Amino acid sequence: MSGKVLLGDEAIALGAVHAGLSSAYGYPGTPSSEIMEYLLAYSKKTGKLHASWCSNEKTAYEDALGASLAGKRTIVTMKHVGLNVAADPFVNSALLKINGGLVLVVADDPGMHSSQDEQDSRFYADFARIPCFEPVNQQEAYEMTKEAFEISEKFNVPVMIRIVTRLAHSRAVVVPGEERNQNSMKKAEDKNTWMLLPALARKQWVRLLEKYNEFSAYSEKSDYNPLLINPDFKKYGVITTGLGKNYYTENLSDLKETPSHLHIGVYPLPAEKIRNLAGSVEKLIVIEEGYPFVESKLRGILPQSIEIEGKMDEKLPPVGELNPDNVRPVLALEARESLGKVETVPGRPPQLCQGCPHIDSYEAITKALVGYKESVVTSDIGCYALGALPPYSAIETIICMGASVGTAKGAAEAGLKPAVAVIGDSTFYHSGLTSLVDAVSANTPMTLVILDNWIVAMTGGQETILPSSRLESVIKGLGVDPAHIRTIVPIKKNLDENVRILKEEIEYEGLSVILSVRECIEEAKRRLKKEKSKK
Amino acid sequence: MKYDIILAGVGGQGVLSLAAIIATGAMKDGLNVRQSEVHGMAQRGGAVLSHLRISDKDIASDLVAKGTASLILSMEPLEVLRYVDYLAPDGAIVTASEAVVNITNYPDIESVYGKLQKYPQVKIVDSVSLAKEAGSARATNMVIIGAASEKLPVKSESIKEAIADLFGSKGQAVVDANIKAFELGQK
Repeated sequence: MSGKVLLGDEAIALGAVHAGLSSAYGYPGTPSSEIMEYLLAYSKKTGKLHASWCSNEKTAYEDALGASLAGKRTIVTMKHVGLNVAADPFVNSALLKINGGLVLVVADDPGMHSSQDEQDSRFYADFARIPCFEPVNQQEAYEMTKEAFEISEKFNVPVMIRIVTRLAHSRAVVVPGEERNQNSMKKAEDKNTWMLLPALARKQWVRLLEKYNEFSAYSEKSDYNPLLINPDFKKYGVITTGLGKNYYTENLSDLKETPSHLHIGVYPLPAEKIRNLAGSVEKLIVIEEGYPFVESKLRGILPQSIEIEGKMDEKLPPVGELNPDNVRPVLALEARESLGKVETVPGRPPQLCQGCPHIDSYEAITKALVGYKESVVTSDIGCYALGALPPYSAIETIICMGASVGTAKGAAEAGLKPAVAVIGDSTFYHSGLTSLVDAVSANTPMTLVILDNWIVAMTGGQETILPSSRLESVIKGLGVDPAHIRTIVPIKKNLDENVRILKEEIEYEGLSVILSVRECIEEAKRRLKKEKSKK
Repeated sequence: MKYDIILAGVGGQGVLSLAAIIATGAMKDGLNVRQSEVHGMAQRGGAVLSHLRISDKDIASDLVAKGTASLILSMEPLEVLRYVDYLAPDGAIVTASEAVVNITNYPDIESVYGKLQKYPQVKIVDSVSLAKEAGSARATNMVIIGAASEKLPVKSESIKEAIADLFGSKGQAVVDANIKAFELGQK
């Protein structure tokens, strides 16, 4: 078969299809979204598999568990912080006897290109005691995905694939291999392996720990963990993980000797290979993309007989991404000479698009709050987080999906007044709903402003889980007093009217919800273009 | 052979299609390609950067190393200055002349041109008027590829085929205008 040019994300999607995938679930999140985008398009075109976005990563993961229970191969995708949301089903699922292969793909974002932190998902795989694959390029992403399904069914465990932004969002040629048929339906035989009652869970936990030895044996033998020993060069050896390998390889031609090298592409750690390498050299250099996961295990607490260099002694930068340049000092290489030197260049940060409805919403909120001394505006994750920057400077907190609602509630109950929370429509469904129920229960004096732009804008315009037309009835259904559910249209000419409505609700001594409804300007442009081309 | 390119611009200027066209053209010539881009929040009207690596051998890193880029190709003059440390000692710059002023502290444009002109190989192209002349005001990125084509290790015919591939679904008129813009850039 000839090669295809694919993003790392797309290579994983194609690998899953060729592994006999039957269903796919996820929540949009940069840099993971294109995996599901590919599978949704494939599903629409061929009708061969079920693919759908979900309300959040937890519901997505649970849907995938149902598919596995039925014996089908299933994939669930999310960005790194999404796994925090899905952590409950994820960690517990390691104790189930996975039936149809279940592969979790988590896309980490070292350097925080589009995220709130740079957490390393390998710790989650380790924590849950499951195998984890970490591809270094698109071809490997494709192949490892197929292998991950095999391993999931061989050992009856969920398997994680961890990727990072630079792989997710770079393109290269992938040469696909054979396609496997989908599993036929075959429900899990022993329901005692799917019910985590304490008495049953204790047995499953023991089973998992026994299995873990088998995972280690697999990892020890895997070609994805290649060890190369150079008996003639003992000064140091190198351990790489993830894209650290690529940046090391890029600099290899500048080294006078080829060091012994272990690359780790599948976990648990291949302990024997690591000991073997350590026994052949005087020093270990650990180059890994993400947190110093391997390095911290090597170092432990007690003194060791071998010197170790990496991120923990800051021989490599402990924050941000690796690149072909910042791995040079630890390899005792000088910086390369370059033609130009970067002087101070004014930054060009991302900004709200011209004509964006959020601009008008923020203008109204800021104006409505003039004169209040103890006010607070909490915000959330999405395009509207850009309201933090000048000229708007309209918000004060950005924490995690859905946090605006609870944070405003707690702040109001501690005495800040007025307390205003700002959240997008999709983020609200993701994890604002439950906090709003808390506020209903307490009738907290706060105002929730839902910026309803009809779509998930930041991640590329995916559909919100329910259409905009249903939002008001959802809010009513949660028990918010209908007299204090107001709808505004954020456009320039409505400014005075919108400020008046906001002020009325801010003054109200209980819970109010304002729906600020206008379609995302970029999505409107895309829609009009599509409609025009259809005519 | 190894040819590394830094592609720069501002969100919405077509930097990613610029990268896609050169990458597709290079593959038509049988070369290996890796192209890295940034999606999501970083795209919204902010600085956009793409690394494009072309070689007849395997390519390990998605990212270009500092001091090794053969070319900075930019849709905006100020954006070049953000990445000049990527340039190899014999590296070249090709940029559109038109400033995108969406920040309050944008420097005097003449001083930007002045800094650019200190580089031994620099081409500042009036891509806006050439794109208009070609019949598509949006084809400024094709003008820029055209202006760089003598330096690229990719045949012009392959780039034209890549343009036809990318714009084919939009009709022959769009393809023709984009190829014309590419050719005007070459002059």
